[in-house]
Amino acid sequence: MLMGYSFGDLGSIMAMQGFAGLILFSVFVLMALGLAVIFGQMGVINMAHGEFMILGAYVTFLTSRLFTAYLPWAFNAYFFFAVVLAFCASGLLGMAVEWILIRHLYRRPLDTLLATWGLSLILQQVYRSVFGAREVGVDQPNWMMGASNLTDTIQIPINGMIVIGLTALITVAVYMLIFRLGWGKRVRAVISNRAMASAVGIDTERVDRFTFGLGCGIAGVAGSAFTMIGSTSPTAGQLYIVDTFLVVVFGGAQSLIGTIASAFTISQARSTLEFFLSGSMAQVIVLLGVVGILMIRPQGLFVLKVRK
Amino acid sequence: MTVTLPPRNQISGGFMADDRYGTLRRTLLKGIAAAPAAAMLPRAARAAGPATSAVNTTGLAVTDDAVTVGILHSITGTMAISETGSVEAEKLAISQINEQGGVLGRQIKIVQEDGASDWPTFAEKAKKLLASDHCAAVFGCWTSASRKAVLPVFEQLNGMLYYPTFYEGLEQSKNVIYTGQEATQQILAGLNWVNTTKGAKTFYLLGSDYIWPRTSNKIARKHIENHLHGCKVVGEDYFPLGNTQFNSAINKMRLVKPDVIYATIVGGSNVAFYKQLKAAGVDLSKQTLLTISVTEDEILGIGGENIAGAFACMKYFESLDNPANKKFVAAFKETYGAKSVIGDVTQAAYLGPWLWKMAAEKAGSFDVDKIAAASPGIEFKDAPEGYVRIHENHHLWSKTLVGKALVDGQYEVVYETPDLVEPNPFPKGYQ
Repeated sequence: MLMGYSFGDLGSIMAMQGFAGLILFSVFVLMALGLAVIFGQMGVINMAHGEFMILGAYVTFLTSRLFTAYLPWAFNAYFFFAVVLAFCASGLLGMAVEWILIRHLYRRPLDTLLATWGLSLILQQVYRSVFGAREVGVDQPNWMMGASNLTDTIQIPINGMIVIGLTALITVAVYMLIFRLGWGKRVRAVISNRAMASAVGIDTERVDRFTFGLGCGIAGVAGSAFTMIGSTSPTAGQLYIVDTFLVVVFGGAQSLIGTIASAFTISQARSTLEFFLSGSMAQVIVLLGVVGILMIRPQGLFVLKVRK
Repeated sequence: MTVTLPPRNQISGGFMADDRYGTLRRTLLKGIAAAPAAAMLPRAARAAGPATSAVNTTGLAVTDDAVTVGILHSITGTMAISETGSVEAEKLAISQINEQGGVLGRQIKIVQEDGASDWPTFAEKAKKLLASDHCAAVFGCWTSASRKAVLPVFEQLNGMLYYPTFYEGLEQSKNVIYTGQEATQQILAGLNWVNTTKGAKTFYLLGSDYIWPRTSNKIARKHIENHLHGCKVVGEDYFPLGNTQFNSAINKMRLVKPDVIYATIVGGSNVAFYKQLKAAGVDLSKQTLLTISVTEDEILGIGGENIAGAFACMKYFESLDNPANKKFVAAFKETYGAKSVIGDVTQAAYLGPWLWKMAAEKAGSFDVDKIAAASPGIEFKDAPEGYVRIHENHHLWSKTLVGKALVDGQYEVVYETPDLVEPNPFPKGYQ
């Protein structure tokens, strides 16, 4: 399919395609990071992850409405407030859910699976009752839409660049939090040996609650970012959940580096294949590849050494 | 005020026999010997209609003052996004018919069931509406999958379904009236238009990966290759339902530079596609895009500024300038709020109850067989979309329009077929 095009044309398409892969990579990381944090820390598979994302999207929607109505002069910057609010809203809801629901179900992984799945249905219906079944349109300030022209033929989506920036920021923040701060030390202690961590005086329940809240908060940020590139509706979270699990499982469930590496592999494979084959075919091949690799390496790409 | 007692035979019909006919009668019987309550009967209920035994020979839920119909759509689950508008339109039509005195002198009562975006649930609820509620007609279904799931139920229990969505064709049933367009009605006129007015020669077909886009694109491809002179399809691409990343597809289209992007993407993917198209710097005022899957409903989620300049080909737009449509739009907004919008399918759903009323009155009966036989030839002159007529094959003759999307989320009509387009669910040479 590449015959008959000039080098200039091909060059710019490749550049834009490379960028498309990078955007997909950032989207995957943003989706999966929250889930990986929760799964890695406490082995809870949060089936309601997508709904926490959509909460962030709805918070962004409400913030945009609020700014349009009361602070129209600040509308250009509303998105940054929305991201922070989305983090807080999803994070707080996450902590509440942990306190009410999840903490009673530790050591019962199948039950948490069922409980969080039920939670996802409840949240979907709540969104439907509050915001209506239809999609809502989230207004974006003009500067965030459209493309920026790098050259005459290379155009880069601005919202893609914002997603990339946001992902980088969140990833660095999570890294600092877990690997550089005292709080992160406690988290890592609980991951490696819960009983021992508890014995030396770490309040593991508190650590659990904050970790769950953190994971959900990141989901909220992801949802907020995705209002730029996707739809906001009660069930939109379901659109992302399969890819999210794919990335986390493929990366090795307990490793953040693994999550990032796996997001990179899957996104590059998918965006390259989508370019040369049809979209559906690309997803089939990527899924087959992931299944194949997981058969050889069931623990995923990267594994954290844990004392059992 | 004189108190009119219901006729003796209604009361002596007994509790058991009347129970299935719903709550109104039950309330009556529970009231003090029915007498004071009877004064509150709606006026139309006492209006003279033909005797129940004459209009209902097959045991449908028809009494002397009421007839029961079903509404079967998803009000929960993924499809609720799309089906909400249809429910609203059907209820509006039914309440308007009731205000005008009902059908054959009987008020219409609604039993609503939720298909919950799940096809087996649709089949089960259809069975309930027909077998235990004895609905005289059912207005419902949206996706082809749900229609295929309920079709055997309607054929087996001999029910009547009014189906509102534009769909891929290749189906015809005595028990279904298709009030939306089948694929050739919707597709061919738009392709001809874009070929003649825009001089388009190359087409890129892009769709969600399931039966409707694939069948539609098959028809579009045959038409482009066999009937439009010198035109060809330069790409065809499908993405799974719910896909949210279109950057690679957009780059691919940038490379092959088609004259027309022909889009049949549905659901949440739609929003992602148009947002990313705009973000990628594709200017829809320069790049022609023709879609058959974006109504005003979808634009609510996409955002008018993201799709402005694209063309859509269907049979109805909210902005249509005729008195019947103005009345319909005003009534709809009064009932469901000024911000509500009306898409192609919503309007088609609105036709259902009216077409059923006309068929019942033409047949002088609620019997499904008689309504099915009376339907062909029925004309709805004041339909919001304009004049429509039911074809022998139970589809509608209707005009096809092309609209241009505006920033405010409405379409501006830029083309209308001069004549009604004949429905042709089994098109020769297109399969």
